[in-house]
Amino acid sequence: MHDHSKSSPLKTYFIVWGALLLGTFLTYEAALIDLGPFNPVVALAIATTKALLVALFFMHLKNASERLLKLVVASTLFFLMILLFLTMTDYISRPWTLTS
Amino acid sequence: MSDSQAVVPTSSHDDIHSPALRHHFATEEQQRDSSSLGMWIFLATEVMFFGGLFCAYLIYRHWYFGDFGAASKSINALLGGVNTAVLICSSLTVVLAIWAAQTARRGIMLAMLALTMLFGLTFLGIKGVEYKDKFEEHHVPGATFSFEKVPIPSHPDQYANPQHAQIFFALYFIMTGLHALHMVVGLGIFSWLFWAAWKGRFTPDYHTPLEIGGLYWHFVDIVWIYLFPLLYLIDRHP
Repeated sequence: MHDHSKSSPLKTYFIVWGALLLGTFLTYEAALIDLGPFNPVVALAIATTKALLVALFFMHLKNASERLLKLVVASTLFFLMILLFLTMTDYISRPWTLTS
Repeated sequence: MSDSQAVVPTSSHDDIHSPALRHHFATEEQQRDSSSLGMWIFLATEVMFFGGLFCAYLIYRHWYFGDFGAASKSINALLGGVNTAVLICSSLTVVLAIWAAQTARRGIMLAMLALTMLFGLTFLGIKGVEYKDKFEEHHVPGATFSFEKVPIPSHPDQYANPQHAQIFFALYFIMTGLHALHMVVGLGIFSWLFWAAWKGRFTPDYHTPLEIGGLYWHFVDIVWIYLFPLLYLIDRHP
């Protein structure tokens, strides 16, 4: 009677699925190539792209109407970045390794 | 014939209320948005929960990169890769189940929910094989832990420090174990969703539990998307 799903999203879902599988394959292959310090950069870039695809299309963030929801997601990422980046800047820039 | 139809009161669209709409919500849309907002806030706490572990991982990886590389290389990366693909397929079946609910395709919805659980179980089975390997190789942290004379990938003339490798395996078991626990919880949620779908609870108008359960499942998928390269592929190149 009523169709509140705009057009059929099936095509999008399958394209995203294909992209995610491709990303998995690329991560694996990229890890076998020696890129020096860029190995983790490439791995994390692919992982983040995949995570974005899942969040935007599978978790429907792209079509989320509520601003409040977007604020929650953005602040989640913001606090995660505080946790990871501020901690790591400290650990990387000080000579307090336990190795010696 | 037309008489019988004329008896039915011609109600305006506004009078039709879904039985699923609770009193304290103005509209179905508001109710749906509130549910998904609540779930996203829960996921925010989950992000910080896993975030602490990722942070610990980053610090130790920074300190003991070579040892982490050696320990990471001992895990079967192919199994990890296959498991990533399995989880991605399960995420697809979740969105297909929701699509089926939206378009009133009951058979497809039930099949997709069942497939999701099957993929979830496959993931845990493969994980079990991986854990079994680690137990047999004595790579489980504890009294029987052994990681002697394993060369560091980028410095083949040096051996990894077993104590540092043990930290890697502790993080590996805690992070993948916590993730696997989330999978088990997810399987419980999807068993309930399957039962509710079987009972005909979900209609094109009301299928919020499917969407909320789906958000959880996709989140667990995203965690794995990061765990796979960080734990399995640290220093693999020849």
